[in-house]
Amino acid sequence: MREIQVSVIAKNIKEMCIEANHFLSEDMKEALYQASEKEKKPLGKQILNQLRENLQIAGEDMIPICQDTGMAVIFMEIGQDVHFEGGLLEEAVNEGVRLGYKDGYLRKSIVKDPLIRENTKDNTPAVIYYEIVPGDKVKIIVAPKGFGSENMSRVFMLKPADGIEGVKEAILTAVRDAGPNACPPMVIGVGIGGTFEKCAWLAKKALTRPVSEGSPIPYIKELEEELLDKINKTGIGPGGLGGSTTALAVNINTYPTHIAGLPVAVNICCHVNRHTIRII
Amino acid sequence: MNREDMNMDKYIKAPLCDEDTRKLRAGDYVYITGIIYTARDAAHKRMDESLKAGEKLPISLKGNIIYYMGPSPARAGRVIGSAGPTTSSRMDKYTVGFLDEGLKGMIGKGKRSKEVMESIQKNKAVYFAAVGGAGALLSRSIKSSKVIAYDDLGTEAIRELQVENFPVIVVIDSEGNNLYDLAVEEYKECF
Repeated sequence: MREIQVSVIAKNIKEMCIEANHFLSEDMKEALYQASEKEKKPLGKQILNQLRENLQIAGEDMIPICQDTGMAVIFMEIGQDVHFEGGLLEEAVNEGVRLGYKDGYLRKSIVKDPLIRENTKDNTPAVIYYEIVPGDKVKIIVAPKGFGSENMSRVFMLKPADGIEGVKEAILTAVRDAGPNACPPMVIGVGIGGTFEKCAWLAKKALTRPVSEGSPIPYIKELEEELLDKINKTGIGPGGLGGSTTALAVNINTYPTHIAGLPVAVNICCHVNRHTIRII
Repeated sequence: MNREDMNMDKYIKAPLCDEDTRKLRAGDYVYITGIIYTARDAAHKRMDESLKAGEKLPISLKGNIIYYMGPSPARAGRVIGSAGPTTSSRMDKYTVGFLDEGLKGMIGKGKRSKEVMESIQKNKAVYFAAVGGAGALLSRSIKSSKVIAYDDLGTEAIRELQVENFPVIVVIDSEGNNLYDLAVEEYKECF
């Protein structure tokens, strides 16, 4: 049994909220660079170069990459030999978010009640997912999610007979409908299988996988590549203003499902696909 | 000739008049200098309620440009935080009424409803897109920012911004041309 003080969790989450909102991971930066080199349309190329310049300014001046610094989505993979000390874990996670958004000059975008809509003024609560895994470590993923792209995300409850063609069509439909609203070039997180909520969770988690790393399942990796090619032929382009760069990656996660179902979730993320990972 | 070759870089002053908007074409790259106002979801709702109640709005809409934007907080010594556009379609419900009150320009990102597109044409207005997710870069064109109404809304308050060569692209012009449709169609012709 390993004891971890929850204050350590809070401190790390605070730092990670600030880091994620000012610096993209290397794989995202590389993907944007590659896209700006390859984009065929001059206006598209100009926009991609602006996005790269934006990243540079964000890091140098410590100004968030995007003003929508997101709802803090946090994945906690907790080793089953860990015991938390010094308070409640959930409170510590939210304390980390509270401090990160305050001290990092990040925007407070959370309303307390979805209908009454009063701002909580500290960007809490976070959306937290806990997984119990083997070992005595804690892996924290902080993935602040902007809502321009979140709003364009979809769940499709397909029939088994719809098969792989149905899955492709669902993903392309979601991307075409999102168009310029989701701040392309997008990253497409897809969950296939499980239940209604499980596939949405898979899609969200898929966004945290490096865009340079394909699925470990060969036929899913092929599907990711095929869909990326199809999405980039829609012509939507950077900023939705036309071009050959509509998405930077398609990341698909799968899970067993029921004999009667084929759930597909498409979680769309903008080019500011933020995630930081730490292992404690 | 490719439409992109016909479009030009243009420099305009805000607020706008009919003559300004008439010269702008979908696809033009435009640099705005002058005074613009921010308003997003919550401020639109309040202004709409005021209009319906026959009350005076906190800003005059006549000739003005509204930027759909809620900034991140400014660090000490800075004018503003990150300041990029939010998705415009959430404002569609309120926009026709605002255009009828004299609103001339909007800066945001993403598609507009059919009603808004028709109203833009009818009122000789213009819809611009700023590059979504480039809030750090865009903040450099904002020279001053002050909250002038609805302070309690935090990031959603109405701000008066003084901008200098603020970069935008004309998406819907006063003749009803829509760059999002044109650009995608044009790109498809490449295949």
